[in-house]
Amino acid sequence: MNSAGSAFTNLSWVDLIFLGEAAIRTLQISIVSIFFGTVIGIILGWMLAAGNVFVRIAVSSILDVFRSVPLIIQLILFDSFVSIAGYPMPAFWSGTIVLSVYCAALVAMVARAGIEAVSPNLRRAARSLGMGYWQDLRYIVWPVGLRAVFPSWIGVALSVLKDSALVSAIGYLELMRASQILTTKTQESFKIMLLIGLFYFLMSYPISKAGEFVEKKWQS
Amino acid sequence: MDYQFLWPPVIKALPKLLDAALLTMQVSVISMIFGLSIGLLLSFGRRSKYFIPRTLSSIWVEIARNTPVLFQIFFCYWGLGEFGIFLSSFVAVVTALSFNTAGYMAETFRGGFNAIPDTQLNAARSLGMSFFQTQRYIIVPQVLRVIYYPMTNQFIWVILMSSLGMLAGLRELTGETQYFNSRTFRTFEFFAATAVIYYIIAKLVMLGARLLGWRLFRGQS
Repeated sequence: MNSAGSAFTNLSWVDLIFLGEAAIRTLQISIVSIFFGTVIGIILGWMLAAGNVFVRIAVSSILDVFRSVPLIIQLILFDSFVSIAGYPMPAFWSGTIVLSVYCAALVAMVARAGIEAVSPNLRRAARSLGMGYWQDLRYIVWPVGLRAVFPSWIGVALSVLKDSALVSAIGYLELMRASQILTTKTQESFKIMLLIGLFYFLMSYPISKAGEFVEKKWQS
Repeated sequence: MDYQFLWPPVIKALPKLLDAALLTMQVSVISMIFGLSIGLLLSFGRRSKYFIPRTLSSIWVEIARNTPVLFQIFFCYWGLGEFGIFLSSFVAVVTALSFNTAGYMAETFRGGFNAIPDTQLNAARSLGMSFFQTQRYIIVPQVLRVIYYPMTNQFIWVILMSSLGMLAGLRELTGETQYFNSRTFRTFEFFAATAVIYYIIAKLVMLGARLLGWRLFRGQS
C-alpha cells in the first residue's frame, strides 16, 4: 500500500515499461499489416486497372465490403470465425490478417489511381520502343505512378497505424489495451491518456508532414 | 467443423438491432452536423491573419488527424474525469466524433476554398454583387461541388466509426450486438447480421448522396 486506504498504486517505472512494450507491439502489428496490405493492395490495384470488366467488378465489389463494414466488426467476425472453424490463432495473427486485408482494400484504390495517372501515350511510347508488358510496368508505370500517389499511400499507412488501436477489442495487448489496464490499476486515466495520445501523435505527425513535403516538392 | 450455426436468436433480436441502428444514425448525423460547422470555422481559423485563431485551429486539426478515433473516444469518456467532467457515453461518443470530423472536414474545406481563385471574388464584387450575394451565387456552389463527395465519404466514415461507441458502453448498433452476444454467445451470427446492416446503411447513404448530387449538380459538368 502506497498511501493509506488506497487500493490503487501510483504510476511507476514498471508501468511505463509496460506501456513502452505495448507501444512496440502496436508498431509491430502496424508495420507487418502495412507491408502485407501494400503488397496485396498493389496486386489488386493492378487487377482493377488492367483486368477485364468481370475481374474489375468482382474485385471492386469485394473490396467495397471491407470499406463499408466497421473494422471492429471485421475483427470480431474473423476472430470468432477462425475459432468456429477450429483453427483458433493468437490475437496478433487474426489482427494482422484483418488489418492487412483492410489495408489492401485501401491500397488497391491508391494503386489503381497510380496506374491510371500514367498517360496511355507514355505507355504506348514505351511499348513501341520494344519494351514488354512487364518492362513497361516496371520502368514506366511504377516510377511515374508512384510519384502521383505516394502521398496518398502515406495517408493509408498512417490510418492503418491509428486503426491498429482497434485490435485491442479482440484482446491483443497493444498500446490502447495497455492504457486501459493501467487505468484500472492506477486510476490515473488522464496522465496515461496523455502519454499514449502523445505516442500516436509523435508517430503520425512527422510522417504526415514529410508526406506533405514530398507532395509539394514533386508537384513543383 | 462441428459448429452448429443458430440463427433464430438473431432473427428474434432483429427489431432491437434495427432500433439500435437508428441510434447509430442519430449519433452520426449529430456528429456530422457539429463536425461540419466546426470544420468550417477551423478552415477560416487556419486562413486567419491573427496568430491565436490560426494556431488553435492548426492544433485542433493536427490532433484530430494524428491520433486514433478510439483514443479520442476514450479520452472524452475517461480522460476528462480528471477535470471533474463526466460525459455520458452518448455525449462522449458524439463529442469525439465531432472533434474528429471537424479536423478532417477543415482540410476538405480548405481544399474547396483554395479551388476558387481570388480573382472570381473580385470580379463578382466589381459586378456590383454584395458580399452575401457573392458567397451565395459564386463561392458556395463551387465549394459545395468540390467538397460534396469527400463529405459523403466522411459521413459514411463517421457511421462506421460510431461502432466504437461499443467500447465506451454506448448501445448503438455494435453495442447492442455485443449485448445480445454476451447473452447468447452467438458471436459470429450476431456480428455477421450487424455487418450486413452496416453494409446496407453505407450503400443506402451512398445511393442517396449520388441521387442528391446528380440533382444538385445537374448540367454543370
